[in-house]
Amino acid sequence: MTVITDALCPFCGCLCDDLTIVVEDNKITDVKQACKLGASKIMGHHRIKAPMMRKDKNSEFKEVSYEEAINEAANILSNSKRPLLYGWASAVCEVHKKGILLAEELGAIIDNTATVCHGPSTLAVHEKGLPSATLGQVKNRADVIVFWGSNPVHAHPRHMGRYSVFAKGLFSEKGRKGRKVVVVDVRKTDTANMADQFVQLEQGSDYLVISALRAILSGHADVVPESVGGVSKEQLSKLVDTLKTGKFVGIFFGMGLTQSKSRYKNIDNAISLVTELNAFTKCVITPMRGHYNVTGFGNVCAWETGFATAVDFARGAPYYNPGETAANDVLLRKETDAAMIIAGDAGAHFPADSVRHLAKIPVVQIDPYWNPTTEVANVVIPVAICGVEVEGTAYRMDGVSLRMRKMVEPTHLPDTEVLEKITERVKALRGE
Amino acid sequence: MTLNAILITGRTINQGATIENKTSSDYQEATAYCELNPKDIGILGISPGSRVLVKTDHGDVVVKLKENKGNPDGMAFIPMGPWANAVVDPDTKGCGMPGFKGIPARIEPTDKKVLLMKELIARYK
Repeated sequence: MTVITDALCPFCGCLCDDLTIVVEDNKITDVKQACKLGASKIMGHHRIKAPMMRKDKNSEFKEVSYEEAINEAANILSNSKRPLLYGWASAVCEVHKKGILLAEELGAIIDNTATVCHGPSTLAVHEKGLPSATLGQVKNRADVIVFWGSNPVHAHPRHMGRYSVFAKGLFSEKGRKGRKVVVVDVRKTDTANMADQFVQLEQGSDYLVISALRAILSGHADVVPESVGGVSKEQLSKLVDTLKTGKFVGIFFGMGLTQSKSRYKNIDNAISLVTELNAFTKCVITPMRGHYNVTGFGNVCAWETGFATAVDFARGAPYYNPGETAANDVLLRKETDAAMIIAGDAGAHFPADSVRHLAKIPVVQIDPYWNPTTEVANVVIPVAICGVEVEGTAYRMDGVSLRMRKMVEPTHLPDTEVLEKITERVKALRGE
Repeated sequence: MTLNAILITGRTINQGATIENKTSSDYQEATAYCELNPKDIGILGISPGSRVLVKTDHGDVVVKLKENKGNPDGMAFIPMGPWANAVVDPDTKGCGMPGFKGIPARIEPTDKKVLLMKELIARYK
């Protein structure tokens, strides 16, 4: 029996690094400290046993060798005029690097799961920058915590305990008792039930409410109507007071801002609010990133191509314009003529029309598990699970890079090796 | 009776805990449902656990009805996943992000069955 301490969790952007893993005969038998999300991923489920292929998407898969599957994947991608390489967030940075090289070789579009998550946050950060801090700073200093359109009780279960609401630190030794917790949401979530102040707004009115807060903060309460987005002026003024009088305010936002009406403009406005609050007190803002290494893909892609996501290599040089080059844009325009889906599940998490197009074009899937993308795939290449069977680098939601540890020996090829072989084969097919 | 509602989709703890096990009945249990508050369920005249047909301008899907007292009147919530995505708004509004929240929906009782993940995706082939 081996006990691994201080292991990292490969589930959400909290990237908890205090797990204890018990391993017996190369099998994980116990996971301690992890939340329900992390434990379920680390304990594992039914894996795809071997590579599989089929020509007709309505027929059954046939098991094939890795070599056959990799060759067919390379054939599909090199025959494509407008390939899309999508996913990446459930893989380590070393995989991202190989993926970007393949995208460049193919002249493909490479996009990651941020496109249906915090992609709009990236756009807003381009406009305004990100006045942020590490989660350690928040743990040690913050006395006001705001969750805006995010629900950590469900999506980031240990965030409150390790970094924000309950965490005890250098200047926050009282933990929960020393903190005021504000939740802004369209419905009373389980996180809202724990808040000192719950601000319930009408769906899609975040931009209006943030603008009203900025007006009050800058001394123009007189222009704010009695109710904005379903929130009374009194409540808005109280929220401004809470934010202004905090010594260190940490705002954490989620899909409530990125997926609602106004999309990236909501975050743009929220960043302006944070910037203006810094004239009165210390205030920081952080996106609640979903997959454990979606932040890592943004970083690797930015330093390799100059852009964080939705990068189009068709012109020979990186080009980026979400709205035009993001995964759903090209699928909905039916422009994509072949796709490789890796470490992400477009079949489950894209709108029906995008999946409908995926069902009509050749699809290569690289993933440990059978999921809706498998249902529309032609070639399926099962791989080792990053962060459980493969070590590598991942970025926490606050941009801190951490080293994922290997807990057990892999039973399948790692993503990096599969990508290297596909790239080699693509080059060979092109006579390079 | 048909209820007009605004649909939002999003994460839940059970959706997340089954996300790597999407062929399982646990995943279906965790994601193929629609939450309304008790008042809206009263308008539909059926009880939680019954099936509802959720229709939007972008598609329709059958899911189980659940109660959530935290939802305001006229708000429906379906956990993110293939059942929710059968009815979300694909328009990326010029920034790459489809409309996963704030979709006008019509909800009505139904006798139709909830499709399995495999059957749901087969509709797209």
